[in-house]
Amino acid sequence: MSQSIVIKGATVVNRNSQQVADVKIENGLVVEVAKNLKGDLHLDASGCIVSSGFVDLHAHLREPGKEEAETIETGSRAGALGGYTALIAMPNTDPPQDSVAVIDFVREQGKRAGLVDVVPSGCITLGRQGESLAPMAELSLAGVTLFTDDGNGVQDAALMRRALEYARGLGVTLAQHCEVAELTKGAVMNECSCCTDLGLPGWPAIAEELMVFRDIELVRITGASMHFLHLSTKRSVELVRAAKRDGLPITAEVTPHHLSLTQELLASYDSVYKVNPPLRSAADIRALKDGLLDGTIDAIATDHAPHPRRDKEMSLDLAPPGMLGLETALGVVLAEGMCEIRDVVALMSWNPAKIARIDGTHGLDVVAGANANLCVFDPELTWSVDPDRLASKSTNTPYAGKTLRGRVRHTIFKGTATVIDGQAQK
Amino acid sequence: MKHLRSIDELGLDGLTGLLQLTDHMAEINQRPVPKVPALRGRTVASLFFEDSTRTRLSFETAAKRLSADTMTFNVSTSSVNKGESLRDTVATITDMGVDAFVVRHKSVGIPWQISQWTTASIINAGDGAHQHPTQALVDCYTIREATHAQSFAGMKIAIVGDIKHSRVARSNIQAFSLLGAKVTLVAPPTLLPPDVSHWPVTVAHKLDEVVSQTDVLYMLRLQSERMAQGHVPTLREYSEQYGLTHKRVLALKSDAIVMHPGPMNRGVEMQIDPSDVKNSLIHRQVANGVSVRMAVLFELLGSGSNLGGQA
Repeated sequence: MSQSIVIKGATVVNRNSQQVADVKIENGLVVEVAKNLKGDLHLDASGCIVSSGFVDLHAHLREPGKEEAETIETGSRAGALGGYTALIAMPNTDPPQDSVAVIDFVREQGKRAGLVDVVPSGCITLGRQGESLAPMAELSLAGVTLFTDDGNGVQDAALMRRALEYARGLGVTLAQHCEVAELTKGAVMNECSCCTDLGLPGWPAIAEELMVFRDIELVRITGASMHFLHLSTKRSVELVRAAKRDGLPITAEVTPHHLSLTQELLASYDSVYKVNPPLRSAADIRALKDGLLDGTIDAIATDHAPHPRRDKEMSLDLAPPGMLGLETALGVVLAEGMCEIRDVVALMSWNPAKIARIDGTHGLDVVAGANANLCVFDPELTWSVDPDRLASKSTNTPYAGKTLRGRVRHTIFKGTATVIDGQAQK
Repeated sequence: MKHLRSIDELGLDGLTGLLQLTDHMAEINQRPVPKVPALRGRTVASLFFEDSTRTRLSFETAAKRLSADTMTFNVSTSSVNKGESLRDTVATITDMGVDAFVVRHKSVGIPWQISQWTTASIINAGDGAHQHPTQALVDCYTIREATHAQSFAGMKIAIVGDIKHSRVARSNIQAFSLLGAKVTLVAPPTLLPPDVSHWPVTVAHKLDEVVSQTDVLYMLRLQSERMAQGHVPTLREYSEQYGLTHKRVLALKSDAIVMHPGPMNRGVEMQIDPSDVKNSLIHRQVANGVSVRMAVLFELLGSGSNLGGQA
C-alpha cells in the first residue's frame, strides 16, 4: 500500500558512522541503508547529507490567538522546509498552553497539518503570570514533557523553587526564559555604546545572568532538570559551563541570530532586529560559539517568532520583539562555519530530541528499523533569502537579501516526503 | 540635502552651511515685513506626537515667513487614536501633497522609519532621547552670535543634567564637538548613558569643580518623573548638586555664557532667574529658533531661487 522512497547517494551522518549510501523508507520506517537500492520514488541526494530530521526546541506558532502572524499549518510548513520533523510549540498563545484543552488543540492542529510533529510545551505558571503553578501533572499526563513561561521568566524565586520540586516528581523538564524583569523595563536593545548613541533603554546582560545563576542554584538544591532557553551572553555561557562541570542536570540552547547578528544593527531603526533577549556584541557571539564547540550549549533552537508587518512597522520601542527562524536556521549555522556537519546534526536534531524527551521517534540514527523522520540537505548550496518567498505567514526575517550557505533539499516525516527539492509537498 | 534627521547625518559642512544661511534669514527677520516668497507653493506639515510649544510654533513661523503653506496634524483629534498606523497617517498626508514633514515623536528612530513611506523631506523635531538637530543648530548659532567665533576651537562647554534621557544633549555633543569645542558632561552617574567612553567628551560628577572653568554652561531640564524612577533621590538634592544657584553664578567666568533649551524648571535646575545672569542667552535661543528653522526649510525645500523680493 505504502509507496517506498529511496534517497539516492547522500552521505548518511550517524553518531558513530558516516558513509555514502542509499536510504530506503517504507511504512514510516527506514528499512535499508545500502548501495544501489530501488523503490517507487527516487529522491536524488548526491552531494547532500541525510540525517535524522531537525527538532526545534523553540517555535512560536502563534495558534491559537495570533493567526494573523502564523498558524500551526504555516509554521509547520516553514519547519518542514527548514528540515524539521518536530517543533516544540511555545506556550505564549492566547489562550496560553496551561490547560489540557489547549494542549490537545495544538497537538491536533499539528496532526491536521501533517507536516511535522507539533509538540506543545506547557506553561509553568497559570496564564504565564508567574503567580501560581499551572496544572503540571494534568499537562504531563496529556503528554507535555517541557514546561516554560517563555516570553516571561518566572520572577518569583520561591515559586520557581516549588516548580522545580514539583517537576522533579513528574519527571519533566522546566525551560527558563532568563530575564530579571526589573532590570529590563522598557528595554529595546542590548545595553552598550550603541544604545548610548540611540538614546534607547538598554537590556543589560546582567538581567539574563542573574536568573541563570539563580536557577542553577535552584537546580542544585532541587535536583530537577532544567533547560536554559536562548542564552545570549558570555557570562551566561560561563555560568552554565561551571554548572555542568558540577554535574548538574542542565542543558542550554542558543539561537542562530544570537550566533550571527550584533547589536549595531539596531542603528538602522528597523524593528526586524528587535528580539528578546536582544542581539549582543561580537564578544558574546564568540563566547556562544565556544560554548557550542565545548558542549556547554547543547542545542541550536530558532525562537521562530512571526509578527505581522503592521506590528513590525511600529517604532523600536513599541514593536514586538522576535524574528523568523525556521527556514533560515540551517543556512545561518552553516554560513557561520563554526562546526562540523556532525556537530550541526547533534545540535539541531540529536540533542534537542533528547532534551524534549522525544528521542524515541526523533533524532535517531538513520539505520534500518528507525522511524523515518529525516532531513536531506546540501551543505554547500548558497541561496539568497527573499522574505516574500518564505512559507511563514509573516516576513520578519533579519536575513532578507542575505546569502546563506546550506539548504534543505528533502524532508521525510513519518515516512512521507513533506519537502522534495526544496518544495513543500502540501 | 533631502532630510535633517541627526547632526551626524548633517556633518561639519552641512552644519556650517546652515549656520551661514541662518545669518541671511536673521537679516530677513530684521526687515519691517519679515516675509519672502521663497517657498511659495510648498507645503510643510507638522506632525507632533508629543507636546511642544516653542519648537512647533518656531517651525510654523519659519515656514510662514518663507511663504510656505502649513498644516498641523493634531494627534489628540487624529485617527491615530482610532488605531490608524503611523504608516497610514504618513501616506494619507503625503497624498494631500506635502513637501516636508516636521516630526516630533517619543519613539527613537521615527524620522528614519517615516522617510521610507513618503517622498517628502523629513525634519526631526525630536525623537525620543535620540536627536533634536534643529535645537543644536539654534544653540551653535546662538553661541556664534554671542562670541563672534566661526570655530569653537578651544571653547569649553559644560552640559549639565539629565544627559541620559536628553535628545538635546545628544545632538549638541555632536554639533559642539564638530565645531571644535571641548565638551564636559556634568551629571550623577544615574543620569548618564551606560557607556560614553566612545563620545568625544569628558565626564564630571561635581558641578562646582567645572563651573569656574567653563565658557558655556548649558543647563538641561530635569523632568520630575526622574525622581519617581529613582534616578535622583529628591529634586531638592538634585537642585543643590546640579542646579544653577547664585553662588555658582558668582563662580562663573566674567564672560561665561549660560544657556537652557527650555522649558525651564525654576527651582530645580534653575534656582535663579535667567535675567540675573549677565550673559544669559536663553532669550536669544528662542529668538534665533525662527531664523535657524527658516534656513533648514529653505535648504531642504528651496529651489536655489533668491531670497529677495516681497511676499
